[in-house]
Amino acid sequence: MSSETLLTVKNLEVTFNTPKGKVHAVRGVSFDLGRERLGIVGESGSGKSQTGRAILGLTAANGTIRAEKMQFRDVDLANLKPKQWRKVRGARISMIMQDPKYSLNPVMTIGDQIIEAYREHHKVNAKEARLRALEMLEAVKIRDPERVFNAYPHETSGGMGQRVMIAMMLIPDPELIIADEPTSALDVTVQLQVMAILDDLVRDRGMALIFISHDLQLISSFCDRVLVMYQGHVVEELRASELHNAKHPYTKGLLNCLPKMDGDHSDLPTLEREASWAEG
Amino acid sequence: MSAVTRKNRDGRTRARLSSGKAGSLLRLVFSLAITFFGLLLVTFLIGRVLPIDPVLAAVGDRAPQAVYDRVREEMGLNLPLWQQFFIYISNILQGDFGRSVLTSNPVLEDIKRVFPATLELATIATIIGVILGIPAGVFAAINKGKWPDHVVRVIGLAGYSMPIFWLGLMGLLVFYMKLDWVAGPGRLDAFYVDFIEPTTGLMLVDTLIEGDMDLFWNAVSHIILPASILAYFSLAYIARMTRSFMLEQLSQEYILTARVKGISEHRIIWRHALGNVMVPLVTVIALSYANLLEGSVLTEIIFAWPGLGLYITNSLLNADMNAVLGGTVVVGAVFISVNMLSDVLYRFLDPRARR
Repeated sequence: MSSETLLTVKNLEVTFNTPKGKVHAVRGVSFDLGRERLGIVGESGSGKSQTGRAILGLTAANGTIRAEKMQFRDVDLANLKPKQWRKVRGARISMIMQDPKYSLNPVMTIGDQIIEAYREHHKVNAKEARLRALEMLEAVKIRDPERVFNAYPHETSGGMGQRVMIAMMLIPDPELIIADEPTSALDVTVQLQVMAILDDLVRDRGMALIFISHDLQLISSFCDRVLVMYQGHVVEELRASELHNAKHPYTKGLLNCLPKMDGDHSDLPTLEREASWAEG
Repeated sequence: MSAVTRKNRDGRTRARLSSGKAGSLLRLVFSLAITFFGLLLVTFLIGRVLPIDPVLAAVGDRAPQAVYDRVREEMGLNLPLWQQFFIYISNILQGDFGRSVLTSNPVLEDIKRVFPATLELATIATIIGVILGIPAGVFAAINKGKWPDHVVRVIGLAGYSMPIFWLGLMGLLVFYMKLDWVAGPGRLDAFYVDFIEPTTGLMLVDTLIEGDMDLFWNAVSHIILPASILAYFSLAYIARMTRSFMLEQLSQEYILTARVKGISEHRIIWRHALGNVMVPLVTVIALSYANLLEGSVLTEIIFAWPGLGLYITNSLLNADMNAVLGGTVVVGAVFISVNMLSDVLYRFLDPRARR
């Protein structure tokens, strides 16, 4: 991995105004990202997804993003106008969403949705865009691209839907892909196929990847580096290969919750939390 | 080997698909027939249950008993009920709705004369309601809680709560009498009425067929006020429903996907969200159109519009049962067909409903 820094995030905070008062989803997250595959792991509510969305400026309307610094190459993400955001989204940073059942428009054909993503950032005619879209469907290992191109999202399976999603988000050739739980909605057997396709494409095209998941095993097999998040804080940062040497009790706790094929088959331990971890 | 099996599988899917299409068409025809049968049964029973004696209405109350009995027999009212129903159905299927006592024309002829007037008014009103109502609803939804939202809601509520006869009279007073922007009651100026040969019965179409632009614009200036007043009601309803469907769609995940792609907000709203909003909205529009097609009695009275609502009401007040029942059957049939049309449109708009 090259040492060139793509993205610097310093002290990112995301807060939501809810009827029940302020909720701090992300409380001062900092990290640097090179051309690498960074995993963000944590339980639900740890702020990992909100970190990903904040990088794209897509926090919900009742939320506010604050950061000391959020620099993506030559772009200052902390101070972008809506029009400038549209030049970054899709074209330079893109995101793969969780469940293709909900994240694809049900009344538009798959082809139209992919073409739309491409033509938003590349001035080409319809014919050329169509060819590119079919190529891209082939690149995500869809056997009959023509049929899928003309199909509607409900006519595809979950695994295929997620491959379509990958094709759609990678077609404008962004530099950074954020994958937010891209396989949680899929069957276990399909999960690995989809991850392998995404991994191949990201490596081939030299993209950086932020892979957000609660699945430690997936993270450790597809990432170079891991951020462990707990209640809006990064509690530990380590190389994926060193995950078993984690020092922080929370990371250790998460690892202990994984069932093992060999060894003892007694009850899995319950994750124990300490209030002091959240003060990071 | 694998190519062969795939071909086979594809062939089978295609065969199943086409039989599915024919099947759904058959099912549609069948359900239409059943619904129409139910409609006829209900109108027939209403006709027999109502405390109006059709014999008395025909012969008058001073006719001797012998005449009364003879007419009763002629009308087939001494036959068992199921036979009467059978005769009723076969008559209607042949287009025979009986004769109107009031106009002494066959009822079907009367309806052919009055229905186009209502159809024209309802269609123009619905077009206005859709053209203004959808953007108003979208505008309210994307400005939820801000002043444009409140303005749309207040205007809509006002339209919904004002009595239509008052609105109609005020409209005539302001736009016809004071400002003279539009023409008064009726479908054409009295001076023009004999100039036009009814081909379709739709004034706007007939004048265009004859190529007489003066007449056409005269018809436009006559229809615009009553149509706008009817449109106000459907507009209020359509805008309100559009707003709530829009808010629902804008919170969906695929909208976030579109934002991630860098699509413009304009396209997200009008292409992505509205494409999904149109699916339930088409039913709303169809129902409000069907309501207008029944004929709006008050509007037709105020604007001297010779439509279906006026015809049915007049017949009812004069105990003209054939005309009332004929009108009811027509209204029911219109409802059924508009519903079917919205079903077809629904399938067209939502690929998930195409099976």
